[in-house]
Amino acid sequence: MEARISRRSFIGSTVGLTFAIGLSPNGSWLISEAGAKASENQIGAWVRISPDDQITIITPAAEMGQGSMTGVPVALAEEMDADWTKVTLEMAPADPEIYGYSRGGGSKSMRISGSRAIRSYFAPMRLAGAQVRKVLIQAAAGEWGVDPGTLVTEANVVVNRATGKRLSYGEIAAFAEVPAEMPVVSKDELKKPSEFRLIGTPVPRHDIPAKVNGTAQYAIDVHLPGMVYASTVHGPVQLATPQSWNDDEIRKLEGVIDVVQLEHGVAVVADTFEHVLAARDALSVDWSNDAVAEGFDSEKALDAKYEAIAGKEDASSRVHEVGNIDSAFESASKVYKANFRSDYGYHAQMEPLNGVARFNKAGDKVEIWEGTQGPGGSREEIAKALGFDTSQVIHHQQYMGGGFGRRTITDYTIEAALVAREIKRPVKMIWTREEDLAFGMFRPQNFQCVEAALDGDGRISGWRHCVVGDGDRLIYSGIKLEMYYGIPNQVIERRGTSHGIRLKHWRAVAHPFNIFAIEGLVDEMASTEGLDPFDFRRRRMAMTPKAHRVFDAVERMSDWHTPRADGRALGLSVSERSGSLGAGVVEISLDEKRGRIRVHKVWVAIDGGIVVQPQMARRNVESGVVYGLSSVLKERATMKNGAVVQSNFHDYQLLRMADAPEEIHVEFLESDESPKGLGEIGNPFIAAAVANAFHTLTGKRLYHMPFTPERVRQALEA
Amino acid sequence: MTKFEINGKRVSVAAESDTPLLWVIREHLQLTGTKYGCGGGHCGSCTVHVDGKAVKSCQESLASVKGAAVTTIEGLSPDAGHPLQKAWIAEQVPQCGYCQSGQIMQAATLLEKNPQPTRDDIVRHMNGNICRCGTYTGIIDAIQRAAREG
Repeated sequence: MEARISRRSFIGSTVGLTFAIGLSPNGSWLISEAGAKASENQIGAWVRISPDDQITIITPAAEMGQGSMTGVPVALAEEMDADWTKVTLEMAPADPEIYGYSRGGGSKSMRISGSRAIRSYFAPMRLAGAQVRKVLIQAAAGEWGVDPGTLVTEANVVVNRATGKRLSYGEIAAFAEVPAEMPVVSKDELKKPSEFRLIGTPVPRHDIPAKVNGTAQYAIDVHLPGMVYASTVHGPVQLATPQSWNDDEIRKLEGVIDVVQLEHGVAVVADTFEHVLAARDALSVDWSNDAVAEGFDSEKALDAKYEAIAGKEDASSRVHEVGNIDSAFESASKVYKANFRSDYGYHAQMEPLNGVARFNKAGDKVEIWEGTQGPGGSREEIAKALGFDTSQVIHHQQYMGGGFGRRTITDYTIEAALVAREIKRPVKMIWTREEDLAFGMFRPQNFQCVEAALDGDGRISGWRHCVVGDGDRLIYSGIKLEMYYGIPNQVIERRGTSHGIRLKHWRAVAHPFNIFAIEGLVDEMASTEGLDPFDFRRRRMAMTPKAHRVFDAVERMSDWHTPRADGRALGLSVSERSGSLGAGVVEISLDEKRGRIRVHKVWVAIDGGIVVQPQMARRNVESGVVYGLSSVLKERATMKNGAVVQSNFHDYQLLRMADAPEEIHVEFLESDESPKGLGEIGNPFIAAAVANAFHTLTGKRLYHMPFTPERVRQALEA
Repeated sequence: MTKFEINGKRVSVAAESDTPLLWVIREHLQLTGTKYGCGGGHCGSCTVHVDGKAVKSCQESLASVKGAAVTTIEGLSPDAGHPLQKAWIAEQVPQCGYCQSGQIMQAATLLEKNPQPTRDDIVRHMNGNICRCGTYTGIIDAIQRAAREG
């Protein structure tokens, strides 16, 4: 059970064809099995064809629900002309040198974040698939004594159209060998989009059958012989360090095996998880009082401190500058300005953070079971924490019960490894939901000031956007406009502050709040100027051709100019993310008394390049919409006296079915461009779209996300 | 020792009587399709059937199922062929998948008593189950498909 997703050893098989991937001076490239065996470089299996016509492809993409463990190998299978019904997938080991995508500068990574999987692996996977196909054709040509150029392929078959002869890939695998020198494939030999058989069709996801019968294995499901359970209690004030605790009392509790001190927490270890929970409840720790977060009050800081930071002149905070901002504002016919705020956001992935660790007897090797977005980096971090070389860490990637950026860092599994070493037994470390939230790594709260200058013709000639918050780059993404608006003079400023609260990339990082501010101000200008939001953008914002396409499409999809029923209103917004561009419209209504906004319908038009798996892509965008809307209407983490106030889903509320849109319409625009990221394009636009619809409905504006009932009522009274 | 039936098999479990049923199922009996999401009855990831009723297993004690018949996702059908499971695949509902055992177990009791639910019926019945990936549209589509196709 423990290794259901794992790599079997391909190298050394005696039957069938194995294509390995090896390192060459030109980067990764398919090599023959013989070459792989002879190679002194690292090698690993990539594709295997067995004589029974079955194909196994190693998939390098960590799976957290986005579907790319399937989508990435689809690109390989496409160029190979594989029959997808005969393809089995196996998860790649955590070895970025072999299975990673290129990050440029010679470095490679398996990290799946930033909607990266398909767009990073698409090109190399296609080339590898085309190489395999070429080998199969050459082998068939040799067998038939014909010119390989006269042969074609169909799904899992090489065909000689002149003679009508056919050889299945399995039949070829029974006699052929992978040549020592693999054929070279140039980009021109790849299929044209019109020739795709798999790409662009709804290929069923590999992981779904196991996810409807309870057999999909997440790290939290792993059982090992002799395994015990652990859970860490971290300081209520983030990053406080434990000084002392009621050790004697805890050790006397039923089933308790050990209590292990960690840098920022105390781990209780017991024979069963219910005994761990009882020990957690009984544990009383004295914490250091010198953590940076000590005394931090997030609401007070956001109210009092951030706006003051934005108000000071600070040229050194300029991170982006175009044209001459001062002259644009000096010569402006009109200036618009608005301030926006957003609260801390929690990832709230459904599977609480956990990891399983087992050392060998000698204590010089550790096996890890975890679900991680960055298996290579995780392995390195675990090794570092143990003082090990990476080769001493054997890593078993599992399905992730959600990632959303949180599982790019492996602090929870490091704790599992440290505890397992200390107590010399296999350990399953589970953070409770309360722990997962209290010791969360948040999307930072922030304050934004956005100003726009209009020239004599009413066009937007100047743009100043200042964002204030903790987390450096975590508050900066999605703030640049050039993918959709062309404004000649711009300044973007990023101003930091520091609270000692743990922060991390959240789904689409800073896009959700930066776009909220950008598209909020754009809508404010449009309505004040008396223009339809589409017209205003087209006439005043110098939209890019791509932006025209997505705005035109969503205007049509939403039937924008048809009046809605009483009590309903539409709002428009746009966002780029990971190379994709999407424009979206929402239709809302409002329960004024309860201060509750309801989003009924959503339309999104996306230019995301070639869409490899349209069904999965649509579900990803729907997911982004709901994730985004959850944060817009509900989600709010706050800190008092340095501690996170919320503790579970009763007070950190997530969007439920009753509040989800009744209809989400997604359209991908035709494109021959390489695939762009689609995992996050659904969520950044929605805050402004809802706020803008709210304005159309009520004449009032919302400037602070989330739009809680209190804030909605305040806005209505303003 | 507490005796009860799980997925048609008789079992005795030697845990304390106040142990949450969730941990009995997951760790003592190693039926890991039932998931831990919050431990507070807020999310529904741990939904199972006790004597045919959908319950949040984190909120039930071992003692409370003494002599009862518990069904988990592993026991919903002998071959993952329950109409909901088939519909879930047809609609490609799961994303991360972690909440989906709970969603399916919750949905199954709806179809038991209301074979042709309206959208509102579905929302009312399913609102206690959170899906962080936001697969709500897919879940509704799949329940309607299962109702249609049986």
